[in-house]
Amino acid sequence: MSAAILALALWLGLWALNVWLATGPLANRIWARMAVPLLFGLTILVLWEIAVRALQVPLVILPPPSQIGARFGASLPVLWADFVQTIGRGALSGYLIGCGAAFLTAIAVDRFVFLKRGLLPLASFMAALPIVGTAPILVMWFGFDWQSKAAVVVVMVFFPMLVNTVAGLSETTAMQRDLMKSWGAGYWQGLLKLRLPAAMPFVFNGLKICTTLALIGAIVAEFFGSPTLGLGFRITTSVGQLALDMVWAAILVAALAGTGFYGLVALIERGVTFWHPSQRG
Amino acid sequence: MIRAGPILAMLLAVFALWYAAAVPMNIREVLTEAERAGAAVTPATAVERRDANALGLVLANPGQISGTWAQDRPRLPAPHQVAGELWQSTVMEEIEGRRGLLNSGSLSNRGLLLHAWITLSATALGFLIGAGAGILLAIGIVHSKTMEKSVMPWAIVSQTVPIVALAPMIVVVLYSVGLQGLLPKAVISAYLSFFPVVVGMVKGLRAPDAMQTDLMRTWDASGWQVLTRLRLPASMPYLFASLKIAVAAALVGAIVGELPVQGGGLGARMLAGSYYGQTAQIWAALFLAAALAAVLVAAIGGAQRLALRRMGGAA
Repeated sequence: MSAAILALALWLGLWALNVWLATGPLANRIWARMAVPLLFGLTILVLWEIAVRALQVPLVILPPPSQIGARFGASLPVLWADFVQTIGRGALSGYLIGCGAAFLTAIAVDRFVFLKRGLLPLASFMAALPIVGTAPILVMWFGFDWQSKAAVVVVMVFFPMLVNTVAGLSETTAMQRDLMKSWGAGYWQGLLKLRLPAAMPFVFNGLKICTTLALIGAIVAEFFGSPTLGLGFRITTSVGQLALDMVWAAILVAALAGTGFYGLVALIERGVTFWHPSQRG
Repeated sequence: MIRAGPILAMLLAVFALWYAAAVPMNIREVLTEAERAGAAVTPATAVERRDANALGLVLANPGQISGTWAQDRPRLPAPHQVAGELWQSTVMEEIEGRRGLLNSGSLSNRGLLLHAWITLSATALGFLIGAGAGILLAIGIVHSKTMEKSVMPWAIVSQTVPIVALAPMIVVVLYSVGLQGLLPKAVISAYLSFFPVVVGMVKGLRAPDAMQTDLMRTWDASGWQVLTRLRLPASMPYLFASLKIAVAAALVGAIVGELPVQGGGLGARMLAGSYYGQTAQIWAALFLAAALAAVLVAAIGGAQRLALRRMGGAA
């Protein structure tokens, strides 16, 4: 009972602090803007800890955050090996191959009207399909190691990337293209100096969507068979052993990797498309 | 016709490529079978063939090419084999199978239709939960600045987390508190379909410009009236655009959620096919899932046209 009151008081107190920070006199300070979501996250973590301890939730259902943190710290070498296997080998190589291939295909699609009419409808259809279902087939073809994970990632990121890049390449106005023509620019000059730079916001939108898809593809593919390391393998085997703290630690790794990957792409975007209104804020 | 022409040409090219790819993919197994059956195969022993190039094997044994499209358990089944498997496991299984619809009165658990139904119901339940929660959260975010600043960054971060990693654990945890069946899968579907709806709805609810909100204020409209008469109608195009994305994501969530459960469904069907090497079964489940996705997206599109027409918009 006292735990419930404590939790409620903490919730109300931190929420009031948040309201004050978000709408009060300090709302425009940079640190206040950073603090609001952090405080919210901290509130959730503290409430989680209190709830698990007070209700004595069994470990196999929900471990408290402190224990997940301890497990994470204690098994860093294992988790690092899993990270290298799944993210470094599987997701990253697949991401690079898939996005690169989609980028080149998009330029070809943009160049030839026939491909645009024929391939693009198929690609937008494919982008909506549950491509993750190809994982068992690709694992069968490419074996259990990271090559099959990379293949799944390639197939998963290809179509969203293609659709986004093609949309970006048609982003210039007729006026701008006419200007390039009046300067006597050929196809390649028009592409490199006008249309590709103009397409960059769309390209990066595709790249950002694909970061998450790449991690999903690499982890799900491990559910269909993997060597004895990798995040997907760690999660399935730890669930089997009811070692839920290890599962959460692996998920923490996946979450950190996903956020970091996304943040990295967003950072590059900021550098490349510094001219775009959404970046000038 | 002009618009369908290139699509048909690309589809034909895909099928041609598929048939062509099936030849080198399957040639080794075909040659092994042919050798066992006593036919003359050009590198005569399996050991010699093991290191040979697949294309070289095809060129050396042109007589065996037709066999690569008719294997029992091919590495890559030809399109007509997948179509045959689809037909067998849907229509024929229900009509002729011992556990089929005609003979037992219920959908056969060996056929794909029952599994598609299981997946569809989990998708639908998860989609409803996710879209409903997404709309509610978007309304909260639009009305409370604190909520926007606290929750929105986490909503974005949560999408960079490969959530399917959680799937096996969600299933196990919900099972241990006594929940099983549809709900665990629906939770994963709901999570995946939640975010596109939040983002789209926040954009949509903010779509009315200052002039319109000022007009509402001159009429002394309450917050609730502004919401129901201005913001919600204005957000409809955004809502439907994000619902289309959300429903496709919900289907992915349901399929992935079925992998650890083994309670039936297209995902379980794919996993079983991968365990037992029934490649045609995996492909058939994959195509049925694709058809399901197409139908769901088309259904949302239909609802969008209906809603826009009723609201007097350009449908």
